[in-house]
Amino acid sequence: MITIELLVAEVAGLQRPDVQRWIDNDWVRPGGVAGAYLFLDIDVARVRLIRELRDELDIDEAALPVVLLLLDQLHDLRRRMRELGSAIEQTTPNNVRAALLQHLSQMGIE
Amino acid sequence: MLQALSKRISSPNDPADAHRRQFRPASEGGGVHTIAETDSADPYKTLGVARDASQAAISRAYRKLAKRYHPDLNPGNAESESRFKAISGANGLLSDPEKRSRFDRGEIDSSGQEQARPPPYRDYAAGEPGRRYGRAGPQPAEWGDDDFADVFGTMFRDGRSQTGPRRGADQNYSLTAEFLDAVNGATRRLTLPDGRTLDVKLPAGTGSGDILRLRGQGGDGFQGGAKGDALIEIQVLPHRFFQRDGADIRLVLPVSLTEAALGGPIEIPTPGGAVRMRVPPGSDSGTELRLRGRGVPEHGGRAAGDLYATLRIMLGKPDPALNAFLKHWTPEQADDPRKDMT
Repeated sequence: MITIELLVAEVAGLQRPDVQRWIDNDWVRPGGVAGAYLFLDIDVARVRLIRELRDELDIDEAALPVVLLLLDQLHDLRRRMRELGSAIEQTTPNNVRAALLQHLSQMGIE
Repeated sequence: MLQALSKRISSPNDPADAHRRQFRPASEGGGVHTIAETDSADPYKTLGVARDASQAAISRAYRKLAKRYHPDLNPGNAESESRFKAISGANGLLSDPEKRSRFDRGEIDSSGQEQARPPPYRDYAAGEPGRRYGRAGPQPAEWGDDDFADVFGTMFRDGRSQTGPRRGADQNYSLTAEFLDAVNGATRRLTLPDGRTLDVKLPAGTGSGDILRLRGQGGDGFQGGAKGDALIEIQVLPHRFFQRDGADIRLVLPVSLTEAALGGPIEIPTPGGAVRMRVPPGSDSGTELRLRGRGVPEHGGRAAGDLYATLRIMLGKPDPALNAFLKHWTPEQADDPRKDMT
């Protein structure tokens, strides 16, 4: 968990007002309170990602919310898929899993 | 994603996680990776630019490729991840003029140019910490019916509780009803696709689009569960002269010139049968007569509606006597019927 000062020092090319604006836009949701934010590892990684999208991939801040929204949904879905995968793993007998796998491979997915 | 899922299913050791670990960056002690692919030996080829490309062209090429292969935009895609490493390594070499000229002179090769990257966002996002940025908020979202229906179609609809009795599915039908049957109520026989017949009791006042639920006439229950219901959507056919307006019924009622001018008893059709009533003398075309309680019968706690009959004067076939009279007739008060139109 790091403060905003450390964050700005650690991430190259990052300006403090950028971070503040991203928080105001709800793109980054650190812990703590305004003036004394605390950034978890995931918040730091997200700040890096936003900076990279903006500075290296040329996605301007007008388009960023769309990218983040879709990205968040993608990760939601991936989490759900993993939950489903482990639910299948824990609850279904081997032959059902084999049948499922075979069906999926017949769909040309494997 | 499905690939990852099926792999998980096939092996409890979860190779999906294994390949993610394999590309873990320097912070996990792996040090800087070198790329073994031959293509990456030539950063110009990796970026797809000519050897004399300008810095701006190199930068453009890098951005174009990075947009496609950025690992956070392709979570779980190992190929995309290694492509991006090569691309950013090539960019690191060629975007620095000094390094680029040393490479061009053959003083350094392309290896060792991949920059150590901190753990990418996706390493956190798809796991527990990622809930922080999930759409449902930081709390673990429950698995509701919507999730199943939305993502997996009907796969789970009939499979949610395999152990216990379950009610059968509802089945949908449609039934076309005559106007008067729907207004007054009637019993109609519906033949189902499986050959069964159902006697459907239409309550008085049924309207188009109403759905009747017949309990226990739907699909069979499972393991001792109750049967589902039959849901029957009613379509009401239009009537030759009645029109429905909520609880009221409207019709256009033709009257003769004599009936209109002199008044008198006439018979009016209503949904409940013909009713005698008196037309007041001097009733004009367009006069509306109301018969209280002769519309849609009382139903479901709603009072009976009214019947509104709008008069329309019919001259009928030409009548020499009438024509002769009109020729010599001077109205007491000459009135222009179109005076409001000027």
